[in-house]
Amino acid sequence: MTESIERHNEADTSSGAEPIILAEGLTKTFTAHKRAGLLRRERSEFTAVDHIDLRVAPGELVGYIGPNGAGKSTTIKMLTGILTPTSGRLRVAGFEPQRDRVRLARRIGVVFGQRTTLWWDLPLKDSFTLLQRLYKIPPAKYAANLDYYIEALDLGPFLDRPVRQLSLGQRMRGDITAALLHDPAVVYLDEPTIGLDVVSKHAVREFLRDLNQRTGATILLTTHDTDDIERLCSRVVAIDHGRVAYDGPLDELRADRDLETVVRELYTGRSLVDTTG
Amino acid sequence: MVDERPLFGPRAYLLLVRMWSRSASQYRVSLAFTGFAQMLVASFDLISIAVIYTHVQTLAGFTFAETLYLYGTTRLAFAASDLVASGIESVADSIRLGTFDLVLIRPVSTLAQVLADQFTPKRFGKLIPAVVTLVWALTELPLHWTPAKVAVAVVTVLTGFVLYCSLWVLSGCISFIAVDAREVANTFTYGSEYATEYPLTIFGRPLGLALTFVLPVAFVTWQPSLYVLGHADPFGLPGFLRFASPVIAALLAGLAALAWRGSVRRYRSTGS
Amino acid sequence: MRVYLTAARLSLRRYLTYRSSAAAGVVTNTIFGCIRAYVLVALWKERPEIAGWDLSDAVTYAFVTQGLISPMGIFLSNTELGPRIRSGDVAVDLYRPVDFQAWWLSLDVGRAIGNGILRSAPPVLFGLVFFPVRLPAEPVRWLEFAACCVIGYAISFALRYTASLVAFWTMDERGIATIISTAGMFCSGMLLPLTIMPGALGTVVQHTPWAAVLQMPINVLLGTQSGGFGYALAFGSLWALLLLGFGRLLTSSARRKVVVQGG
Repeated sequence: MTESIERHNEADTSSGAEPIILAEGLTKTFTAHKRAGLLRRERSEFTAVDHIDLRVAPGELVGYIGPNGAGKSTTIKMLTGILTPTSGRLRVAGFEPQRDRVRLARRIGVVFGQRTTLWWDLPLKDSFTLLQRLYKIPPAKYAANLDYYIEALDLGPFLDRPVRQLSLGQRMRGDITAALLHDPAVVYLDEPTIGLDVVSKHAVREFLRDLNQRTGATILLTTHDTDDIERLCSRVVAIDHGRVAYDGPLDELRADRDLETVVRELYTGRSLVDTTG
Repeated sequence: MVDERPLFGPRAYLLLVRMWSRSASQYRVSLAFTGFAQMLVASFDLISIAVIYTHVQTLAGFTFAETLYLYGTTRLAFAASDLVASGIESVADSIRLGTFDLVLIRPVSTLAQVLADQFTPKRFGKLIPAVVTLVWALTELPLHWTPAKVAVAVVTVLTGFVLYCSLWVLSGCISFIAVDAREVANTFTYGSEYATEYPLTIFGRPLGLALTFVLPVAFVTWQPSLYVLGHADPFGLPGFLRFASPVIAALLAGLAALAWRGSVRRYRSTGS
Repeated sequence: MRVYLTAARLSLRRYLTYRSSAAAGVVTNTIFGCIRAYVLVALWKERPEIAGWDLSDAVTYAFVTQGLISPMGIFLSNTELGPRIRSGDVAVDLYRPVDFQAWWLSLDVGRAIGNGILRSAPPVLFGLVFFPVRLPAEPVRWLEFAACCVIGYAISFALRYTASLVAFWTMDERGIATIISTAGMFCSGMLLPLTIMPGALGTVVQHTPWAAVLQMPINVLLGTQSGGFGYALAFGSLWALLLLGFGRLLTSSARRKVVVQGG
């Protein structure tokens, strides 16, 4: 089973040291127009992401944390090509997301915790078939992958059910499969365990860890759940007010303290020692 | 190893349309009802024309059969475009709900995905009355059909189709800028169709002329129809304009494509 | 009673906030009013008098109907009731200690008045300026017109309400609702005045409930209603009572069904 699934850190990089995600001075500024008086319009600028530097090597499993409004989802949107940066340099899996959205799309997988990427009214397996065609996954590869995920995530019982009838846990497993069927080199997960019960959370975490070790897929995980970070991430990038507040090993972030306390301090804006990785 | 070229736009479109149709066919009864309702709507317009002609022989200089022809051509072009492109109406909701991001994540043309959105087979219902009208008109018209006329008639519907599709796309682009402007943009599309169901002469000379040039549709269906029907141009425009429709349609299609690209670029830059 | 007034008032306030969508709607209505008017102008130019109407009657008809579309809810094929039934949220409504039908009537009245305030006048004003629209001066006519509008509104509500209730049995009322609103469009005279429809078609179409929604109020306004205000009042009231009564029957039937099924 494992032989048929690619190992990405050999396939996508020329030298072992080439980062698969490279961001330098990445900035995103939004302009809002508000009405001030009868005819005038005021322009206000809001910098959501402020000169972020990020280097992720292939095969890393990185936790991306920060309070709401810190710029996490804006960063992810730029990495996936949804948003174009205002300035700075960005390369993912060898492509510039701004320019090569379509070609990049085949190399990345995205899981949104709060929104499904599946087709609501169709049976789960129809969504998969559709994805096979959209991503042009070779039939043999597709069949092998699908069989694997059906077994690993126990999709069998509800493959024929319309997505709208699935429970949250089932839908999440479906979304994860959908993101992985085409063997992406980079996988982004935005709050994948939100709303799940304890057993499902555990299952998802185990699965992600196994995925990372088995295939070498690079995983960037956005989460508020400290257990997710604890169990999965060797490296943590913390962002606050659009800037990197911490980028380094989980152990050093935590030091000898309880992770939850550390994160709370982070979120409430208390500065941390040792901010660079 | 991996086929690098992304899935061809139209193929992706057809694939998604097939999927949406299967999804829609779950609600078979409701689909039948709505399809029937669509047919009914179109039939009522037809009945209206018939009622008008029970009172008069000619309306604004055109006979019943001639008006049927005008109505049929513009309706058929519109119904076909509605079938193919009206998915774009959901762009406004998609932006509002944040699901447009999902479109950007797929390795496929955004326009193909958007046009296929919410496709439902009930739209076929609108085609039937249009075809019936056209057939009826063709049997009633006391015309001598030359190959040239046949060609122009076919081209009328085709270019009308391309043109209405372009209008759909353009009105979808407006959703990116202002959500409520969409209704006004829609008015332009539906209104263009409505205005060309009857002879353009009902608007009188100044307004009729203005519409001929301002409403590309009037240009594309009205002018060539004058040739087919063998009617002198009531506005006295030069004859060559009757064959200008493919150019106009191509221009507008190009404009629509550019506008779409620009709209998506703008969305990716401003975040909505 | 106060509950219903409050519901209506809140609904009204809500609809008054939809200003930009109302503006867009007004533009649409006016443009379509123009096109309809031009068609009628072309017709009346050929035949200066049809069924007792002259040109100015016809264009007045075109623009006043455009003004009334929104409050009457002619194009509303789905009320908010349908989706609530489909999603099951309606169970909450049924348990409230208010009359179900009266509740929805109150909400819709608020909507109708709100829409009316925002959208009814502009198309008519446009017609007055650019077309030979002619409105009567006598206050009596306007009072009669208003009375007929109220009855017409009641009929329109009853039809939409009943159509939405179908969702209790079929789980998807959209198909039927669309058919009813489509038929309504034609039979209320939105496409062509009912009075010019010939023969059997004309007779049938002038006796449906929709005839009292738009055609009769405007006939009364123009002074061309055969049988006068009295006839319009009687005809409309009869249909209104029938349809509202039918709605009440369906409501209790639906309520029993819900109780039996356990919501």
